[in-house]
Amino acid sequence: METLGYLMDGFGVALQPHNLMFALLGAFLGTLIGALPGLGPANGVAILIPLAFSLGLAPETALIMLTSVYAGAMYGGRISSILLNIPGDEPAMMTCLDGYPMAQKGKAAEALAISAIASFIGSLVATVGLILLAPLLAKFALTFGPAEYFALFLLAFATLGGITGKNPIKTVVAACIGLMIATVGIDNTGVQRYTFGVLELFEGVDFIIAIVGLFAISELMFFIEERAGGGKEKMKVNKLTLTWREIREILPSSLRGGVLGFIAGVLPGAGASLGSFIGYTLEKKVVGKKGYFGKGDPRGVAGPEAGNNGASSGALVPMLTLGVPGSGTTAVLLALLISLNITPGPLMFTQNADIVWGVIAALLIGNFLLLILNIPLVGIFVKLLSVPPMFLLPIVTMIAFVGIYSISNTTFDLYFMVAFGVGGYILRKLEIPLVPVILGLLLGPEMEKNLRHAMDISDGDWMILWDSGLAIGLWVFAGLGLILPYIIGPLLRRRMQNPIEEGTPGSD
Amino acid sequence: MTLKPSLKYVTLLALPLAAAATFSSTAAAFEPEGKVECIAPSDPGGGWDFTCRSVGNVMQELDLVPGNVQTINMAGAGGGVAYAHTVSKRAGDDHLLVAASTATTTRLAQGQFPGLTADQVNWVGALGADYGIIAVADDSEIEDLNDLMDSLKEDPRSVKFAGGSAKGGWDHLKVLIAAQAADVENLPRIAYLSYNNGGEALTQVIGGHVDAFTGDITEAQGFMESGDLRVLAVLSEERLPGDLSDIPTAREQGIDALGPNWRGFYMPADISEEAETYWTDAMDTIYQSEEWKNVMKQNGLMPFHMTAGEFEDFVHNQIDDIEQLSKDIGLIQ
Repeated sequence: METLGYLMDGFGVALQPHNLMFALLGAFLGTLIGALPGLGPANGVAILIPLAFSLGLAPETALIMLTSVYAGAMYGGRISSILLNIPGDEPAMMTCLDGYPMAQKGKAAEALAISAIASFIGSLVATVGLILLAPLLAKFALTFGPAEYFALFLLAFATLGGITGKNPIKTVVAACIGLMIATVGIDNTGVQRYTFGVLELFEGVDFIIAIVGLFAISELMFFIEERAGGGKEKMKVNKLTLTWREIREILPSSLRGGVLGFIAGVLPGAGASLGSFIGYTLEKKVVGKKGYFGKGDPRGVAGPEAGNNGASSGALVPMLTLGVPGSGTTAVLLALLISLNITPGPLMFTQNADIVWGVIAALLIGNFLLLILNIPLVGIFVKLLSVPPMFLLPIVTMIAFVGIYSISNTTFDLYFMVAFGVGGYILRKLEIPLVPVILGLLLGPEMEKNLRHAMDISDGDWMILWDSGLAIGLWVFAGLGLILPYIIGPLLRRRMQNPIEEGTPGSD
Repeated sequence: MTLKPSLKYVTLLALPLAAAATFSSTAAAFEPEGKVECIAPSDPGGGWDFTCRSVGNVMQELDLVPGNVQTINMAGAGGGVAYAHTVSKRAGDDHLLVAASTATTTRLAQGQFPGLTADQVNWVGALGADYGIIAVADDSEIEDLNDLMDSLKEDPRSVKFAGGSAKGGWDHLKVLIAAQAADVENLPRIAYLSYNNGGEALTQVIGGHVDAFTGDITEAQGFMESGDLRVLAVLSEERLPGDLSDIPTAREQGIDALGPNWRGFYMPADISEEAETYWTDAMDTIYQSEEWKNVMKQNGLMPFHMTAGEFEDFVHNQIDDIEQLSKDIGLIQ
């Protein structure tokens, strides 16, 4: 099988000592980022992108590190859910429901171990899914012409509401801001738009600068504003006593959660939060009255954890094959790919085979690393949770500035980044989600370009936009994606509701 | 786009003089000391980045520089930011090379570096070229270049082209150069679809969404080997060496069109003559070295070499040609 050969080559890349080292670093930082309440996976990856540039990493190494951060954040989110009843990131919300009760019963160590095993299984299932599905979808992507791509981007925008929910108008405002920023620069026909004769603006706004500014710099300002700095009180975790029987009991839940999570992840807009939600509800349905959900049932920890980890790998499928991110974090990863001059899509699987398969292999290896980090070494993260953020802040600031400067060597970009940071801070104060801004910025130009191309090909006949079965299908899905959240969304949200404050800008 | 014969003659005459000048100035010869920088006016991973890094390595291996050559990425405005930086902030800096290619001359010709012209820098030399091609998907009905041009003559919108440069960019111009040479009328009507890079454009052509591909030979090699792509013509003077010798040139099909995308360097203005001579000679040494020949072979670069005066004239001629063509098709006024 061709795929297997590629995968073996991928392992060759991922197992190189330096790549392995950065995978471990990424997994560690990711878990930490996931564990810190407030810092979601999208922020985490955004904050660490400059690190990849300032270290001058090769494309595959940079990607391996950042996908490890991504996977790690999915693991890490559960730690504070279980110990503090505060989800480290949005997808970890469901883990609070049974994880915290377990901890209250003095079984925190068991809850942490079970959730780590479930995360491992969920991730493993979904990565296998990714390996099987991605090459198929990549070949299928050849059938995508401009009209189909246009409909696909439309679908991505239509499902935005599903990603960030709550206030649809604010999501629309955010996406429009992104689209407006995207118009800056020389357009497809060579006409300058909003460049004001400034050379640095000719190529438009660099995604990476916008992302690091919006996410990382605004995060800094929030920290400074709160000046909390105190850190959490020290937590005690009991000694782990997990029997093989207990592990076996959660296996079916983990497998189901992983499969469901993967499917939720592949669908654009759904993402990890939905993955963990359906993971949890399904467990409740399947186990029925025999369970004691909400009171510390281990299966209630395993299901959602497997679900959110599965979804995180699933979300990589549309990003890698079609260049359309399925979640906020994959949008950030897509921006990284573009700035490394790698175009996602069918060609990437052949021309950049070492990178793609290196990253996929690294996901598998990273998963084992994460399991080790998260069971025997979980104590480290528990201790780190009580480190005051004032020690973290200077490091983040330094990395952001050095990294952005090392991309283009111009101070202009630094001013620009700070401007985006201030903008991001204001938007977050107004509770306008940042992920749609990034998606608008990333997808807007592509969508415009494909519309123009479709018009060029048909000599101006709009019918081309729904001329193929595939295009029509995508339009229908886009319509559904636009309407469904308003019908199902409130229902879902009512059932998902929990006592937890939300405020993560980079919800997944 | 070729050199005028008279110029070549002048250059030939000037060669012994230049050699003599080099010889006599060895006493006060220039040698780079300390750090040598190479600006790649793009993000890491692109063609300019490759030029800087590979030439930097070869210079190191040949001991043309004292330490290593530091590649600095300075993306922006398709090379405009680096060009402006070199003109306004680096004049007189004889330790700086900047990677350039036909994309640089195209933008200069079309006035896309506002207020900047080609004579504000020193054009040191070119070390190879990537030749333009026009290709179709293997199952296309178009048989050869003349077939394609005949369709264009009947209806300029009958064949749609996809390429990796912006509208008016080098990939677009190659189509127009060929069409002009084939006496196609109404050049501005020819449809050109611009993609982010050659790979994306190729995917669309292979997928049957766009009729023809315009780009460079190195971009197309993967799909040529897999049999998905059929190259109608290469825009070089003679057939390319090696496996690529099967591809007919446009010239032998009766269409006199050339499209070399050269790779070379410019340096800041106001550097000493000694320094200029040193770097010009360095370009010759690099081009003749085994190390560079290996790099060219591995990366599909074709023979193309010019230095100093000859290169300077070539650059100015290319800019004039592109300016004229861009005016003809209404891209610029």
